[in-house]
Amino acid sequence: MADVVLLDLWVSPFGQRCRIALAAKGVAYEYREQDLSNKSELLLRSNPVHRMIPVLLHGGRPVCESLLIVQYIDEAWPVAPRLLPGDPYARAQARFWADFVDKKIFDCGTRLWKCNGAALEQATRDMIEALGALEAELGGKDYFGGEDLGFLDVALAPFTSWFRTYEQCGGFAIAEHCPGLAAWADRCRGRDAVASALTDPDKVYEFALTLKKKFGDK
Amino acid sequence: MYAQSWSSDRALDQLAQHHLDLPAMDHQQEEKVQLLGMWASPYVYKVKWALSIKGVEYEYVEEDLRNKSSQLLEHNPVHKKVPVLVYNGKPVAESDVIIEFIEDAWKGHGGRILPEDPHERAMARFWVRFVPDKLSPRIWKWFTTAGGEEQDAAREASVEQLQVLEEKLTLGGNEFFGGDSVGLVDLSLGALAYVIPMYEEIIGERLVTEDMFPSLYAWMGRFLAAPPVKDHLPPMEELKLRFRAMREYFVKNSA
Repeated sequence: MADVVLLDLWVSPFGQRCRIALAAKGVAYEYREQDLSNKSELLLRSNPVHRMIPVLLHGGRPVCESLLIVQYIDEAWPVAPRLLPGDPYARAQARFWADFVDKKIFDCGTRLWKCNGAALEQATRDMIEALGALEAELGGKDYFGGEDLGFLDVALAPFTSWFRTYEQCGGFAIAEHCPGLAAWADRCRGRDAVASALTDPDKVYEFALTLKKKFGDK
Repeated sequence: MYAQSWSSDRALDQLAQHHLDLPAMDHQQEEKVQLLGMWASPYVYKVKWALSIKGVEYEYVEEDLRNKSSQLLEHNPVHKKVPVLVYNGKPVAESDVIIEFIEDAWKGHGGRILPEDPHERAMARFWVRFVPDKLSPRIWKWFTTAGGEEQDAAREASVEQLQVLEEKLTLGGNEFFGGDSVGLVDLSLGALAYVIPMYEEIIGERLVTEDMFPSLYAWMGRFLAAPPVKDHLPPMEELKLRFRAMREYFVKNSA
């Protein structure tokens, strides 16, 4: 087994966070696509508590939970770019907003493809509000990390592949409500470390439609 | 592509130390630390214990959550919750984020909250999430379900997750999850040390007995007596009243 292995699923935004961080740091790793309907021995052994991807294996030792993996990558490979800044307060802000992405963006996003009617309208309002808060946090900066990709950029970037899906499901345009964030998304997606990790937005939309058929509200 | 071998533990420790060599915050200057909290919130106590480990002096502000102060709304506009740590006027919200801030900002002061090794840090942070993801919801379900089959099932589900912790603590062979002293995982589990006995008394049923959970049972007593914790516990009589009322409400409304 290679020294660094990533157990992942092609479309998972959580797995993509890890891929971006590894690429940004220039770390060579073996990518292993997982079949979640038939979980591998290695996955079950490496993440017995949740049995979920992504899992990073470094020298055989597993690290689970995407944001923890990104922090681990930042600490274990202390080379540029430094994903979490040095200043304690700036670190706290980055962590707070990454937690916000997990709590709000992923939840609203799920409700956008899953729900109908009034619930869908609420999900749309909530998503616009959440993206607005992130837009305010970005301010006039090129990246959340300042001049270069940081922890929050890595946390949010994979969800930009889902922007088209959110827009289609909710019937709104992100660029209209959050022009700064839309510009950030283009800027981020232009970076090599990010581009190589993300799924094509059209493929994501196709995938979301199959999820909707299988699990969506009737 | 990396050429160096990262497999040497000593090399990794040195690099980790270098990377985690954060700029020392100047604590000589006039510094004002405030904690916005609420007397019954376990998340607030978690932060108090962390501040205690580091020996930080702070002003505690009790918030009325039914009538939130303008200060709270200004400092945590996103979630509007406690705890919020305000450092020289700058707010930090979310208890887990606050604790990492406390560790970073008072590095070198008091005790260590997180281990040095990056993999051990990742493991500690993982177990922190175990509490809200797997453990607390099941214990809460047991507490809020009227007696019967459904409550028995909730109890079993809680026991299953507690056994995971029992195994981890036993295998670790230390006084605390963090080793010789209270660490991040202990802080995250800590409220259960006073909440579980309280729930047991209210329901009239045991969940964590010395027989079934020898390591966890001993840890609970040790945690409540630990120096950063023992003087920072909620008023138990008031807490019991509050939770007794809650249980009555849930039992009545589940029929």
